[in-house]
Amino acid sequence: MSNLITKYFPFFTDREVPHTVSARPDTGLYSAKLGIWLFLASEVMLFGGLFSAYIFLRIGSEPGYWPAGLLNVPVGTMNTAILIVSSITVVMAWAALKMRQLGKYRLYMLVTILCGLIFLTVKLSYEWPAKFNHFGVFIKKEAASKYEDFLGNKHLQEAGQNPRWEISGHLLDAPKGSHYAHQAEHNAEHFGHETGRHDAVTPAEDDYVIQLDAVNANPSDKDNDRPHFWPVPMSTKLAVISAADVESASVFAPRHSTYFATYFLITGLHGLHVLGGILVFLYLWLPFPGGTKLYKTNPEHLANRVEIAGLFWHFVDLVWIFVFPIFYLL
Amino acid sequence: MSTIATADVGHHGGTEPHGDHHHHELGFWQKYVFSTDHKVIGLQYGITGLSFLFFGFLLMLVMRWQLANPGAAVPVVGAFLRSVFGETVMTDAGALTAAGYNVFGAMHGTIMVFFGVVPVAVAGFGNYVVPLQIGAPDMAFPKLNMASFWCFFTSCVIMTGSFFVKGSAAKSGWTAYPPLAGIADLEGGSLWLNGQTIWLIAMVFNITGSLLGSINFITTIIQLRAPGLTWMRLPFFVWAQFVTAFLLVLAFPPLEAAGFMQLTDRVLGTSFFMPTGLMVGQTVAQTWSGGGSPILWQHLFWFLAHPEVYVLILPAIGIVSEIVANNTRKPLYGYKAMVYSVFTLGFLSFIVWAHHMYMTGMGAKVAAFFQVTTIMISVPSVILLTALLLSLWGGSIRFNTPMLFATAFLPMFGIGGLTGIPLAFNAVDLFLHDTYYVIAHFHYVVAPGTIFGLFAGVYFWYPKVTGRKMSEFLGKVHFWGSLVFINGLFFPMFLQGMAGVHRRWYDGGVTYEQLAGPVLHWNKVMTASAGLLALFQLVFIFNFFTSWRIGKKVGRNPWDATTLDWDTPTPPPHGNFEKPVEVFRGPYEYSVPGHPTDFHPQSQRD
Repeated sequence: MSNLITKYFPFFTDREVPHTVSARPDTGLYSAKLGIWLFLASEVMLFGGLFSAYIFLRIGSEPGYWPAGLLNVPVGTMNTAILIVSSITVVMAWAALKMRQLGKYRLYMLVTILCGLIFLTVKLSYEWPAKFNHFGVFIKKEAASKYEDFLGNKHLQEAGQNPRWEISGHLLDAPKGSHYAHQAEHNAEHFGHETGRHDAVTPAEDDYVIQLDAVNANPSDKDNDRPHFWPVPMSTKLAVISAADVESASVFAPRHSTYFATYFLITGLHGLHVLGGILVFLYLWLPFPGGTKLYKTNPEHLANRVEIAGLFWHFVDLVWIFVFPIFYLL
Repeated sequence: MSTIATADVGHHGGTEPHGDHHHHELGFWQKYVFSTDHKVIGLQYGITGLSFLFFGFLLMLVMRWQLANPGAAVPVVGAFLRSVFGETVMTDAGALTAAGYNVFGAMHGTIMVFFGVVPVAVAGFGNYVVPLQIGAPDMAFPKLNMASFWCFFTSCVIMTGSFFVKGSAAKSGWTAYPPLAGIADLEGGSLWLNGQTIWLIAMVFNITGSLLGSINFITTIIQLRAPGLTWMRLPFFVWAQFVTAFLLVLAFPPLEAAGFMQLTDRVLGTSFFMPTGLMVGQTVAQTWSGGGSPILWQHLFWFLAHPEVYVLILPAIGIVSEIVANNTRKPLYGYKAMVYSVFTLGFLSFIVWAHHMYMTGMGAKVAAFFQVTTIMISVPSVILLTALLLSLWGGSIRFNTPMLFATAFLPMFGIGGLTGIPLAFNAVDLFLHDTYYVIAHFHYVVAPGTIFGLFAGVYFWYPKVTGRKMSEFLGKVHFWGSLVFINGLFFPMFLQGMAGVHRRWYDGGVTYEQLAGPVLHWNKVMTASAGLLALFQLVFIFNFFTSWRIGKKVGRNPWDATTLDWDTPTPPPHGNFEKPVEVFRGPYEYSVPGHPTDFHPQSQRD
């Protein structure tokens, strides 16, 4: 493998540049360690730009248009814990290499990789798809009084809270020509199966029919007000909303609101970083010339590689430590 | 010298021999295309960047033709331009359309800044010269260096390709301000294959390449300095590149973030930058989201783009410093003050960005803050310029071509800088904002400023790269022609700007003749100057290519310089230095009393 690479891609072979492995005495650093810290500085600025966009947009948003408590907090908490564990095991992997224990290194690195994979799987196969199947309708302000039973603005006003303009839940019937028609059909079938009711589809062509979230089903009940730690089950109550009264309607996708736009962009970019980290760890875990094969010729070099990959991983973890509270809790 | 060759410097650790002692012959592709050698990458960046500078200049020529002769067909090449750029940009008769003017304007700015000056000044000169000047065999991460160039090259291909999609390239200015940029090119066009979307994608590649490169620069300068090359012995050019790289590492990522956001605004229907209830034509274009903010883009954009101004100018100041010291045969005046100034400048450049945004109505208190910081940043800039001017004092100056360009840089950059001071004040800026005064101001900084610095650098290091000097005669023709006509091009813009001529008028101001009438005739002068300026650049191009073969052959140190870059064979081989280098003194020991020659190289023990 190594020979093939050298033969056909000679530019991939190492040049003899000083301090690739050993530290320079007056700085105490090997070059890659300095390089990764500089890279992380640029990453701080990248995510810093996105987080400042979050602050800027949240402060500037109209009352009632910045949702809260839409994400699944227990799942997010679990994912946070998984990332923290993986940050510990990657240090253990590095320490094992420093002590020249290849077997332990393999084990800890495997745990790290698995943690990363679990995190991504939860994100991509559970959290995101659940959002893509959740539907929200923003009611025009002038029509809001018609839907007071679902919005509960009187109760909110008395409680001194922001008004609510959105009715959310599962879409069971969409106006004619909506590209959510297929999703609505699927949901209606599921709804009928669960409840035995098949009244969800209305003959009217320009109505949204929504199986309501608890907060819209009984909006004056304080217990339903968001946020909640444990997700509140949906009600089986339905709302029929005339398309003429709707300001905007969308699944919980980036286009739904600046909240979800920021959420998906930041968690998406963070997910790409997790994926990148996993790929690098796999490379270092498998017998590639730059991976565990390097252990035979230059174990210190491999340890250095694990160290800088680990630094990157800690950073990815740290970004999540910011993502979790600002999207899940605040 | 012989003592150094045998001395075991022992600084780099025993396992890692200094230099590349057993490199094998590489094939053409590995040597010149997919190379990890900093010199080849420097040349790749330099030549790509110079080509883009010329391309951006040609776009401007067509625009200037239109401004002086509104609606007239472009002479000679009109039909050719029509067939290349298509109907959006050129009329059948061969005149520039209004949309075409916007395309050329946006692409001129984008290309000159991100694809011309930065690649040449930072990545080109930086890659070639910095490792040589610090006595390193290569950059710290050669593979990363190659990745950086190919990221950049990909962005070049994508950006150039955008001219050929339906509706042509981006037309919302190099600043890509939303909400205009958020909706541009989308109606009736493809979601992905349209000018503005491709612009964003190309910029993401460009930024990534630039980040990889600047991380490499900083690491190289910190880690690979030769033994004895302490911080205050670094040539000033290295300092300038060091600070520049920090600006790029820290300022570019927010624009990358903003680029992602504008991209999702365009393709996923988000509204980071699109306000609620935005009217396009007669209809409300966006109703979602509780409102995005166009001002957010401006903040993120200028958070990069103001430091970017210093990214454009600092390498040029570095080049000029090297050439001034070398040709006055004196040390730089106030070297340490210059180093501290360049650091102060780098820091302050991060807190001045909103002086580009006085017109957004961000409030008197915020404006006052940015006024103060903007005035503060003129202090280190003036220290740099003054130190260079004082360096000339009492020197027996050799006016060779590099020195001519370097000396001209000083007053030109001076004009550019000093005319910026009025713009720093909110009250004055409200009047001058978006007029030709602003155009003149920043073009004096980057055209007769930075680009003259780059020309000086090309003439100065050409002998190191090729082993031959460029023709002095042609160099002087190039210099005097450029100096005269670049002023003919930019100086009248001050007059037009103060008269109120707006920078985006497609007909040069004819429609607003009541206002612009008294200064309209300058359009002819400026356009003629631009054309003649182009002619003199042909002299440079001719000189550049012919000297490669027939220039005067020179040895390793044709300018009698002191820094380490003149210590290598000419041209430098793979691995640069034949033997370990050690540094014994500061960078500019010229005319040292008692020394037999008037220059005392850094690597000479005594």
